[in-house]
Amino acid sequence: MRIAIASGKGGTGKTTLAVNLALYAAQTSNALLMDLDVEEPNSSLFVKGALISETPAYRMAPVWDKPACLLCGECASICMFNAILKLGDMIMVLPELCHACHACSELCPVGALPMQQRPLGIMRLFRKDALLFLESKLEIGVEQATPLIKQSLDYVNNELPATDYQFIDCPPGTSCSMIHATKTADYVILVTEPTPFGLHDLRLAVETMRQLDKPIGVVVNRIGIGNEDVFTYCREEGIEVIGTIINSREFAELYSRAELMFTYNEVFRHTLDEILRRIRGIR
Amino acid sequence: MKEIVVISGKGGTGKTSLSASLSYVAANEVVMADCDVDAADLHLILKPENQYSEDFYSGFKAEINPEYCQSCGACFSVCRFEAILRKDDRYEVKYLDCEGCGYCQHVCLAEAINLREQKVGLCHIADARFGCKLVHAELGIGADNSGKLVAKVKRDANRVAKENSKDYILVDGSPGIGCPVISSLSGAAYAVLVTEPSLSGLEDLKRVWELSARFRIACGCVINKADVNPEITAMIKDILVEKDIELLSEIPYDEDFPRAITKGLCLMELDQAKWEPYIKQIWEKIR
Repeated sequence: MRIAIASGKGGTGKTTLAVNLALYAAQTSNALLMDLDVEEPNSSLFVKGALISETPAYRMAPVWDKPACLLCGECASICMFNAILKLGDMIMVLPELCHACHACSELCPVGALPMQQRPLGIMRLFRKDALLFLESKLEIGVEQATPLIKQSLDYVNNELPATDYQFIDCPPGTSCSMIHATKTADYVILVTEPTPFGLHDLRLAVETMRQLDKPIGVVVNRIGIGNEDVFTYCREEGIEVIGTIINSREFAELYSRAELMFTYNEVFRHTLDEILRRIRGIR
Repeated sequence: MKEIVVISGKGGTGKTSLSASLSYVAANEVVMADCDVDAADLHLILKPENQYSEDFYSGFKAEINPEYCQSCGACFSVCRFEAILRKDDRYEVKYLDCEGCGYCQHVCLAEAINLREQKVGLCHIADARFGCKLVHAELGIGADNSGKLVAKVKRDANRVAKENSKDYILVDGSPGIGCPVISSLSGAAYAVLVTEPSLSGLEDLKRVWELSARFRIACGCVINKADVNPEITAMIKDILVEKDIELLSEIPYDEDFPRAITKGLCLMELDQAKWEPYIKQIWEKIR
């Protein structure tokens, strides 16, 4: 069972919910947590696991083999991303723009654009008691996050043992990286806050998940601020609110020190129990 | 003209609340640009009246014409994005997975594949409530060209600033360090890094600063919710000194932030006496 924890708006509590849910579930089951918020992964601060392995991730981009090149310019005209330019008697590759489709490399009549590995990021596997935890971190300066997200999912599918639960801490937003982090999930939890910003971005996230045909539930964090509009929206749209978390200075302080809320707060443990119960009901 | 970008690495630190308040004190001098195109919220406070709206086209998606398709499977075997779906012996493009590279089109001998340019969003030039202009955009669901839409919003904001003789463009950026953030940093003169004293905020601040430094962009930092963890606030300040980042303001934890958002106001409108010293101080330092 794979559960993605996502949101439209950033800073609503995705990581808080993901780490607490994963470590709490791991007390009674086998669980895996993936941090696929690869631009700014923070789950590891909370998990504090023992490092098992590190796997560098690469992306492919062409390099120009000048002696082999006939300067026909076919590569530059094929590339839809303007990643290859023909300037006089020179072929220039702009790897940041490359999507690694391999078209230029494989359609070059003389093989003058071999694909080469470039750094993309790093995947670190940790263990904390019964929890396996994979953190994927994007190399600073790399623009595209989705290749690392895809590779991380492949790594989990191919290299790691099956677990009862797999939780994914997703990137914020509703664009390509969020889609790729959620698209293999059996169930998506959207975390929001009861403010107009939270509601606006929740609507976008809900529409996105509907396009992917995902079953969803909403967790409303920071209850006490804002207004009732998020609940009204969920009721009208027939979306289940599967949990609420109260706004409290205590939680903000625990979060700031990267401490787990469920170890300190019984009400929150009940919330997690309820969420896990609902998730099991989806199966 | 000076372009100032508000970013944070971590989401939810108060970028948009601060941007809205800055636009209130600097309304005569700025053009606002909402470059958090994934989750644009600035318009909820600035309540703009759109004067001009334009569809934004970027990138392509492949389409297979089933009448011409010979089911040879060449498209399926070259696609690196698993964007071609095989159903029995028919092939279809999976819309959300297609990156529009066109490789399939090149290898299709039956010429059954077309690339269609995609409308990925809407871009608006608007009059905002406080008297300034706002350039903002809506990105379509699952669109993967947010970096290009950010570039378009900034281009329009530059033009509007020139036409209206404004000296500053203030950009509300997105969280993270990927393509929309890189795109919002390109051409900027100054980056305001909004952080909070949590271990997550600190980690994310370091990464977003490193990205800004690669573009050689001068940075200032606002520490929001500074009293939630004084120890980490002190750690952040040490980093600011070490990296030569200007401390712009320390703002205590205050529920005026969600309160103002809920009323559709900026902090200045909610309680001018309380917030003016903070916001004016930040603006004077970054302008």
